[in-house]
Amino acid sequence: MGPGARTSRGHRGAGISRRRRRAPISILAVGAISAGLLTACGGETGPPTLTWYINPDSGGQAELARRCTEASGGRYSIETTLLPRDASSQREQLVRRLAANDSSIDLISLDPPFIPEFAEAGFLADIPEDVAAQVTEGVVDSAVEGATWNGKLVTVPFWANTQLLWYKKSAAEQAGLDMDRPVTWDQIIAAAKQNGSSIAAQGIRAESLTVWVNALVTSAGGQILENPEANPDDVTLGLETEAGQEAARVIQSIVDEGVAGPGLSNRNEDASATLFESDGADFMVNWPFVWPRAQGKVAEGAMTQEQLDDYGWTLYPAVVEGERSRPPYGGINLGVGAFSEHKDFVLEATQCITSTENQAYYFITNGNPAAKEAAYDDPEVLENFPQAPVIRESLQNAAPRPQTPYYNEVSVGIQRTWSPPEAVTPESTPEEATSLIQGVLRKEKLL
Amino acid sequence: MSTTTMPPTKAPKTEPKSAPKGALSDRAKGERRLGWMLAGPAFAVMLLVTAYPILQAFYESLFDYRLTDPDNREFTWFSNYAVILGDSIWWKALAVTLFITVVTVAVELVLGFALAMVMHKALKAVRPLVRTAILIPYAIITVVSAFSWWYAFNLTSGFVNTWTGLGDYDWFGHQWSALAVICLSEIWKTTPFISLLLLAGLAQVPEVLQEAAKVDGATWLQRLWKVTIPNMKAAIMVALLFRALDAFRIFDNIFIMTRGNNNTESVSFLAYRQTISRLEIGLGSALSVLVFLCVVLIAVIFIKGFKVDLASARGER
Repeated sequence: MGPGARTSRGHRGAGISRRRRRAPISILAVGAISAGLLTACGGETGPPTLTWYINPDSGGQAELARRCTEASGGRYSIETTLLPRDASSQREQLVRRLAANDSSIDLISLDPPFIPEFAEAGFLADIPEDVAAQVTEGVVDSAVEGATWNGKLVTVPFWANTQLLWYKKSAAEQAGLDMDRPVTWDQIIAAAKQNGSSIAAQGIRAESLTVWVNALVTSAGGQILENPEANPDDVTLGLETEAGQEAARVIQSIVDEGVAGPGLSNRNEDASATLFESDGADFMVNWPFVWPRAQGKVAEGAMTQEQLDDYGWTLYPAVVEGERSRPPYGGINLGVGAFSEHKDFVLEATQCITSTENQAYYFITNGNPAAKEAAYDDPEVLENFPQAPVIRESLQNAAPRPQTPYYNEVSVGIQRTWSPPEAVTPESTPEEATSLIQGVLRKEKLL
Repeated sequence: MSTTTMPPTKAPKTEPKSAPKGALSDRAKGERRLGWMLAGPAFAVMLLVTAYPILQAFYESLFDYRLTDPDNREFTWFSNYAVILGDSIWWKALAVTLFITVVTVAVELVLGFALAMVMHKALKAVRPLVRTAILIPYAIITVVSAFSWWYAFNLTSGFVNTWTGLGDYDWFGHQWSALAVICLSEIWKTTPFISLLLLAGLAQVPEVLQEAAKVDGATWLQRLWKVTIPNMKAAIMVALLFRALDAFRIFDNIFIMTRGNNNTESVSFLAYRQTISRLEIGLGSALSVLVFLCVVLIAVIFIKGFKVDLASARGER
């Protein structure tokens, strides 16, 4: 009911006086809105707000944003924006925005395999040499390698992840495996078969399958791409080699020996962890997040302390006996948006976020291992992650996935041809993968 | 008074001849102009939101163009179409899409018809309640319903394996079982839509025909086959057309449940992967154009059939 209706019922005087009383308030409101609009049109007047696009975590990046906002002394503030859960969806969203020159992207939590593509597309701002020197000091080699493209540091190493071999101490003992020495895939396959159990690996047609194949191929002494920096027409793949065939043989062996466990072709990292927690598997290859996850389950009552005490960990299994394993390398690097209007502040923020203290904090609270070696000596880290020394050693051996601007084509090509794992054979799978990926890169085939 | 009948005069033909030709033509022209003026804004909006994107997609499909490398945009004529049509992935995706379309539409039609009959026969007092209850699945967002079905059949957390005693059977690990779950979720969600359309069709069947058939001793099945269905052909064809077009564009269920794994990729999902995941705008646009052409082809086939049935319903053949 409007004021007109009120006056028509004999309250004209009251209506007018109310309108008069409201006049100053209305003027103030209009003034405030106008001032807001003018401010918006004329640009920021206060300290700038940097937007940090983060991957989902347990709140650690938001806390780091708060800490670094505080550390800036009011010169800038950082706010976080959440990206989708899986790496390829994160890439899709970022590429769409950056292709449109989105200046709101100041800071990016970026998965290492996508760094060459972003760098080649001109989506990442340059990192000055002095900043590069500062942010790589004391950082594990694989993390620096993963943050570099064309011999230049294009992102800042933030946290560096790697997979370990997780096992049940009792099961390894039962199978007579000496876990103090490096183990091979064949050994754990035999042990799982002997125990009538399985190995929890990630066979889903997703990035985790590429991670697995890359670890197997590199551990067998090969590489997925022979010349990752070449023009797409000239890229040579290293799958049709003894190493590629060995990788396929390991997967085939897991299936043929009956130790793949249920649902291998749809199993991701979480499903593997669930299988391992539920006594469905004696061995598991997975990222360190499984440790705080299991602790959480014990706290919830979903797992017993006995089960947790039976958890063992060691370096990722090797393909060839006597040769070192090449564990998967993952993690997150920080990229500076090429279209950001506050690049200096963003570079400063990256240095704050990746300080040793903050990396140690992030490791402890979110279970994501630090890229800086010094963080592994932090007593609190060692207390929360007794496997920290193994993680550090694993990171030194870790093999990055192919670094190419066409990584998506290579990765999805592998996912298509090496899936489902039940159909993988050394005779045909490497050849099919090579044919598909080369065809796609030469624009002769669909992906 | 003479009762001799005169031959019928051709009044309708002579009248226009006697009318001033130019004046009528001007009026007709004016009316036509007014019609265009009134329809113009709607027509412009239609062009803007329908024709322009299609033409733009067709234009983009003639280029080799990657979103992360926009400077190397090259006009390549129809090479994107040649790549698509020469690749078995397209044909496999097309086969999967047609399979889903045929199975879901056929099952939905039978179930929808049965539901429509139940609702038609239901007591007036409970009819709105039955209609509302049946409509609930259709009101749920597809992403939510797809996730629920995925959750139910999921190996790790699903309850279907426990209930059926199937243990470790991986429903999404095999093409046929994965497609079965996808079809099941689609049927569950969209059957109410078909049943509502058919219910409207049932209401159009003249009661007098049913009663006449009953008096003539026709059985329930004979009445269904000879009276009910022929009189509902228009409603059936409309339901088939809408659902076939909708089912052919299936995307959400596949995205949520399988991500195209184990040969469950539809043509829409294939277009999504080339455009959004690979960022190959040219190739993705060509795929979108092909999907569009397939949809148009289905529509033309159905509309032609629809016209034939309308004619037969009017007794014109």
